[in-house]
Amino acid sequence: MSIYLDNESRVIVQGITGRLAQFHTKEMIEYGTNVVGGVVPGKGGETVQGVPVFDTVKQAVAATGANASLVIVPPPFAADSIMEAADAGIGYCVCVTDGIPAQDMIRVKRYMYRYPRERRMVLTGPNCAGTISPGKALLGIMPGHIYLPGNVGIVGRSGTLGYEAAQQLKDLGIGVSTSVGIGGDPINGSSFKDILMAFEQDEQTDLVCLIGEIGGPQEADAAGYIRDHMKKPVVAYIAGLTAPKGRTMGHAGAIISAFGESASEKVEILSAAGVTVAEHPSMIGETIARSMKQFA
Amino acid sequence: MDIHEYQAKEILASFGVAIPPGALAYSPEQAAYRARELGGDRWIVKAQVHAGGRGKAGGVKLCDSDHEIMEACEAMFGRKLVTHQTGPEGKGIYRVYVEGAVPIAREIYLGFVLDRGSQRVMIVASSEGGMDIEDISAEKPETIVRSAVEPAVGLREFQAREIAFALSIPAPLIQQMVRTLTGCYRAFRDLDATMVEINPLVVTGDNRIMALDAKMTFDDNALFRHPQVSELRDKSQEDPRESRAADRGLSYVGLDGNIGCIVNGAGLAMATMDTIKLAGGEPANFLDIGGGATPERVAKAFRLVMSDKNVRAVLVNIFAGINRCDWVAEGVVQALTANPVAVPVVVRLAGTNVEEGRRILEQSGLPVIPAKSLMDAAQKAVSALTGKTAILEKAEAI
Repeated sequence: MSIYLDNESRVIVQGITGRLAQFHTKEMIEYGTNVVGGVVPGKGGETVQGVPVFDTVKQAVAATGANASLVIVPPPFAADSIMEAADAGIGYCVCVTDGIPAQDMIRVKRYMYRYPRERRMVLTGPNCAGTISPGKALLGIMPGHIYLPGNVGIVGRSGTLGYEAAQQLKDLGIGVSTSVGIGGDPINGSSFKDILMAFEQDEQTDLVCLIGEIGGPQEADAAGYIRDHMKKPVVAYIAGLTAPKGRTMGHAGAIISAFGESASEKVEILSAAGVTVAEHPSMIGETIARSMKQFA
Repeated sequence: MDIHEYQAKEILASFGVAIPPGALAYSPEQAAYRARELGGDRWIVKAQVHAGGRGKAGGVKLCDSDHEIMEACEAMFGRKLVTHQTGPEGKGIYRVYVEGAVPIAREIYLGFVLDRGSQRVMIVASSEGGMDIEDISAEKPETIVRSAVEPAVGLREFQAREIAFALSIPAPLIQQMVRTLTGCYRAFRDLDATMVEINPLVVTGDNRIMALDAKMTFDDNALFRHPQVSELRDKSQEDPRESRAADRGLSYVGLDGNIGCIVNGAGLAMATMDTIKLAGGEPANFLDIGGGATPERVAKAFRLVMSDKNVRAVLVNIFAGINRCDWVAEGVVQALTANPVAVPVVVRLAGTNVEEGRRILEQSGLPVIPAKSLMDAAQKAVSALTGKTAILEKAEAI
């Protein structure tokens, strides 16, 4: 199976009655995702997009056997929803909400660690486009049709920049095993390294594309892992070469505040770890195609 | 969101951090009057701007009389203070803070930040106060003490004591230092700060620990639960274009170049700026109009980008995923028909229904230059710019 998500995954949508959530639930179902229910406190018993709505995640899990969740609730309440999913035994959670307070995310991370590793939920996001295993399932808000099934794993912070990569790959006839958005927030559920570790073990992934940006230590941590532990080739692109220091560039986490957090430093660190870095975003597809030939 | 020094001090004092007596003033007369109210015979007049490095830039003056206070204030009010943190345009001085001078025995650096590595609140302290933390870590890294706070229990007293002893605070003052550290931590946690910096924190000649300067930054994403913090916002310290954009739900950062950018998604927006630079141009701004890219947002974005007088060309780069390119193209056409712009506009659309989107742009009769890839768009924007400049120069020559 692919990492995190496949056609066996039983998906619930937390916040399913919202306008955006309804739209994306419909898109996910049309893509073939096995959406089994939704959760909105006080709306239990209703039906949305043909699936039952529950008051709590525990009830949804008991009734449907759900093991994956998409959290698409407003920022003031999103951290609570993620913790509810973790407590109810959900195995994989994607949170797409943009604007969650950073200290809420610190608490979420701390809360998740109260569960032993074997039943600890994996969270990706918040502030991400979601995760897709093309041809199998989609958990998020990305357009499914731009991804061909294949053997390239994609992990990135940015939604539309990830689409850019997937579309370029599709135009070259190259497919994707799984694409994971880790989101643009400073404190996030999974790091680049976490996802790279999963791809390294994944039989369906032969090459990984990492799409990073300015801010934070995660690209440098990933470089250390790639250098010391990864056998699969990695191609990267880092956005923000022209971003000024100390300014937040859209994503709450996209701010250069320390050494090693600028795009040029990250490119240098990744290159030194043996990663092939695409010079500009229009080159991501070609760079991957070349690497695939080289490593074939 | 940033606040002023006097506001940060008021907040920290309410959490038990000791500060020197001080008062805010909006005019030189008020400053002199308030200094007399404070008492003493030596005061520091400090320009209240949202930037560090005020001392070196002339924004902090030591005064021994009413006369000197008036003089110091007259040199400050209404001026722009340019420090290494403000950029060349500087920040306007509209308020000053008058503070009683205290005898300083020792200066300490104390900072609380959100640490992305440990994903916790990190305390950073150094016995070398008064210098920038960047300079301390470059010149005296061995003096830096770091300690991460476990979020479930908060800052424990033992941990605060460890920091105090590591900074060689004398035993009789340890409790004062613990109170200062826990007070800062509680302010940070309770008000959703992303940074608290006291530089310097001083040990006074009469053995008191006091915050001589204070800086706080708050998490914009958490302001919904802190209306009392939102009230401290001072728009006079913000770039007017950036605050206008923020008020309209757009994310904008002004830069020095002349190619305006309109993009959906923060990562793609940065990538667009980078590609312009690679193609030999200079981006005028970062602008993320969000995933939706509705016609209204596109129209708003054009107005915002064109309000920068340096803009000589605009590059629109939209990846239409859930939305279709033809719909985005119609939005661009509507926006440009309602608000014609006098500079070349390069539009690059990608994603769903891309051919139809391009056809709509071509058939609109508008002077829009379509582009296939991001690099193609950047090159077209750069050459449109130089072409236009060449034409203008020719016209001026005639």
